[in-house]
Amino acid sequence: MIGRLAAFLRIALLVMPLVVAAPAGAVLPQEQLADPALEARARAISRELRCQVCQNQSIDDSNAPLAADLRRLVRERLLAGDSDDEIIRYLTARYGDYVLLRPPVRRDTMVLWYGPAIVLALGAAGLIAWFRRRRATPDSAPLTPDEERRLERLLDDRRPTP
Amino acid sequence: MRRLIFVLPLVAFAAVAAWFAVGLTRDPNLVPSALIDQPIPTFELPPLAGSGVPGLSDAAIKGKVALVNVFASWCVPCKAEHPVLMRLAEERRVPIYGINYKDAERDARAWLDTLGNPYAAIGHDLSGRVGIDWGVYGVPETFVVDRTGRIRHKHVGPITPQILRDEILPLIASLEK
Amino acid sequence: MIAEIGHFALLLALAVASVQAIVPLIGAARGDAQLMQLARPAAVAQFGFIATAFACLTWAFVVSDFTVAAVVANSHSAKPLLYKITGVWGNHEGSMVLWVLILALFGAAVALFGRNLPPALRARVLAVQGMIGVAFLAFIVFTSNPFLRVFPPPADGRDLNPLLQDPGLAFHPPLLYTGYVGFSVVFAFAVAALIEGRVDAAWARWVRPWTLAAWAALTLGIALGSWWAYYELGWGGWWFWDPVENASLMPWLIGAALLHSAVVVEKRDALKTWTILLAILAFSLSLVGTFLVRSGVLTSVHAFAVDPARGVFILAILVVAIGGSLTLYAVRAPALKTGGLFAPISREGGLVLNNLLLATATATVFLGTLYPLFLEVIGGAKVSVGPPFFNATFVPLMVPLVAAIAVGPMLAWKRGDLPGALARLWAAGVATAAAVLGTVWLTDGPAGALLGLGLAAWLGAGALVELAERIRLFRIPASESLHRAVNLPRAAWGMTVAHLGVAVVVTGITASSAWQTEHIQLVKPGETVEIAGHTLLFRGTERVDGPNYIARRGIFEVSRDREPVTTLYPAKRFYPVQGMVTTEAAIHTNLLADLYVVIGDPDNGGTPGGDPRVLLNAPAEAAWAVRLYYNPLVPWIWIGCVIMVLGGALSLTDRRHRVGAPGRARRPVAQPAMGD
Repeated sequence: MIGRLAAFLRIALLVMPLVVAAPAGAVLPQEQLADPALEARARAISRELRCQVCQNQSIDDSNAPLAADLRRLVRERLLAGDSDDEIIRYLTARYGDYVLLRPPVRRDTMVLWYGPAIVLALGAAGLIAWFRRRRATPDSAPLTPDEERRLERLLDDRRPTP
Repeated sequence: MRRLIFVLPLVAFAAVAAWFAVGLTRDPNLVPSALIDQPIPTFELPPLAGSGVPGLSDAAIKGKVALVNVFASWCVPCKAEHPVLMRLAEERRVPIYGINYKDAERDARAWLDTLGNPYAAIGHDLSGRVGIDWGVYGVPETFVVDRTGRIRHKHVGPITPQILRDEILPLIASLEK
Repeated sequence: MIAEIGHFALLLALAVASVQAIVPLIGAARGDAQLMQLARPAAVAQFGFIATAFACLTWAFVVSDFTVAAVVANSHSAKPLLYKITGVWGNHEGSMVLWVLILALFGAAVALFGRNLPPALRARVLAVQGMIGVAFLAFIVFTSNPFLRVFPPPADGRDLNPLLQDPGLAFHPPLLYTGYVGFSVVFAFAVAALIEGRVDAAWARWVRPWTLAAWAALTLGIALGSWWAYYELGWGGWWFWDPVENASLMPWLIGAALLHSAVVVEKRDALKTWTILLAILAFSLSLVGTFLVRSGVLTSVHAFAVDPARGVFILAILVVAIGGSLTLYAVRAPALKTGGLFAPISREGGLVLNNLLLATATATVFLGTLYPLFLEVIGGAKVSVGPPFFNATFVPLMVPLVAAIAVGPMLAWKRGDLPGALARLWAAGVATAAAVLGTVWLTDGPAGALLGLGLAAWLGAGALVELAERIRLFRIPASESLHRAVNLPRAAWGMTVAHLGVAVVVTGITASSAWQTEHIQLVKPGETVEIAGHTLLFRGTERVDGPNYIARRGIFEVSRDREPVTTLYPAKRFYPVQGMVTTEAAIHTNLLADLYVVIGDPDNGGTPGGDPRVLLNAPAEAAWAVRLYYNPLVPWIWIGCVIMVLGGALSLTDRRHRVGAPGRARRPVAQPAMGD
């Protein structure tokens, strides 16, 4: 499968010189990098970046012009040798943390990231406490024969005397 | 103790409702700029041929309080804010620099010829790469830059007379002191 | 004239709802049968008036009456009739009328089919329904009137958003609203129970069919929305953790939890206060969803045109409805009698675990959706929470839940034997091992795929093992097993089918996420592209004129192993009235996998972003960008949802629900021996 992908990318690379002069037509095949490993990194990074103008889409999914520009920027920086982290930092320096679809783990996002685990722990703790409290009240175990005889005698005592 | 637990859902909801109430007063589409108090990016843009004003670079902006306005001929709100910029330019309060964002030269020139040119210099950013350096995500956007070349304020959307009066001009005045 | 009738009908409905909201409550408090009786005709009358209003609005759309503002804003004379009708609810005002219509329909249903409910309970339930009706009818009348006139009428309307002109999306809102509104009935039952101070097995049995109906409708509505996004939005995604999607998922999760905890109330008379709380929460989350979609407090692709005044009104409704019911809960719930005991390891315990995980999952989605707002309001930074967060937190909660679904039904009530149950599930263990080993052997799949398929096999086989146990398969003669199977209560079949549906969904999600293949390429007429063993020959493009659009579609002849399979026509459509371009993917499915083809832009385009002139006038020999996807087992996601709904429907038809709970039989008190 990788072989096929590489073959098609090579064809795309051949076609590229014919169209590189075209301005932001945002044609996806042109944007793709020749190196599949770099292209895979580009796609992965793009999926983590929010398109600012398109409401809840990543730049990988959006067909807005800004998204296309940012996709191209990511690939340029990859070709220039930047690491994934450096590229992310490049973009957050310009657009702030809002451009990240995965919120950074910081003091002010602790509640967000640890919230689910805390809720689960609290719920489990509450359940354990609830079970313990209920076990404190005696369970309705069946009576032993001895207890049954005692009960009958007590009931007999309460019947009206003839 | 047991009763307290039953009050928890109500308390939680009260908090959520309060948040919603405050949230209603805000616009979720506004993204604050990451560049406030940062120096303007280093850049150099060619002039817009036929506009009659030079190109734009960071060196040209530094040294005085200035406005940098990102505009394009295909942007409808830019047309709406243009008279406000023209009037401000006539008063010669502060220089207004323009970044022509992802626009064909011919279209931008025609637009300025029809509506007037308030800009002391215009950088033609065809690819939009310089716009990315400024954190631009839509047009129009306007930046207020201080004497030391730091971005002090970013306004997203067209500048109305009210915004000019209440937000921009007071800031410029305080920066000029 | 028709519009005025419609408007007047809404006002009458508001008046009737006000009466329905107050009088029966007073009657129930005083034990006054006549006042209580008023609830039924009031509910039916309310439905009649709102139905009239809805009919008038539909009429205005169908005849393209452009003196009505809503029709101008959302319709066009050239629009196909189906979308003229479905366009009635494709906008804020019309969709609110649909909402109250379904609300009134459910109220009338309770009035007409709830004959075996105790009169006081029925009166209170209808009164609460009336209150909800008053709230939303007032909202419509005062802030969102669909019958506003515009004068002079324009020559034609502004057309409906092309994305909404689609059969799938046309029926997505009615199904969703049926779900949300169904939970309002359950909410009404919960509030009525709190007022009465009694929750018992009978209550749980009355509540179950409404919960089932609401949950099933919501499942279908969400599945339809997801499927629509998949084939319409052009890149094969089907869930985006968008705030409005999350707004529908949260009531669904709580509704599923409610379904299961109500079983415990019914069978074991336990978990009462928790179930009441869930019933309140399910509808509360529906209301919160309404608020999020229509108030403008969050950004979303789905959000209707927003208006702060409407947001304030809906928030007021939230405060009164949710605040009021939770206050009632805080005051009255502690007095509810606690019920039967059970050991932690038991069927009840399994259902409690189910509830814990579903509630935590709901809290997770809630937190992720609203955290950006919360942080911003307290003056913090602006962060965005997207799919990476939800995938990291929601999926790990689902893993133990799906695993537990197979085990829970194998445990006895009150006190279960876990090792014994697991031992009896040996067949499911074998199936799991087979699935994992098969996946490892046949694919180089990621670890997540092994987990997902293993879980699905465990659950699917486990559900079948449980069924086999019930009918004592292989332990008694086959004909007897068959006899048992046929006579099993429908609710038992419903459970098995619904759980199998979950296994199918998990399989679909796992396979399509792990093994989706994608090819992106420029292709000229006469060239071929290949994906997953299929060869597609591009024959160029042609222009097609639709009723209210102009399209350019590509022609791809698909073959596999040189055998022709089909011809696909992916297209780009230009709707001139709204000036929008949409992408229509071409999908070929054999229900086991989808071949999904999208055309992009021609490569000699001069202007950015899909300029319609470029699309329509590209020369015949132009090369086009094309994106191909091969999505294995993706149809199983929605097929699984349909199976879940079938399970719910089966449970709904269980005779025990229709008859209602048996009355408390008067057993003769043991008489003392005669002659004392």
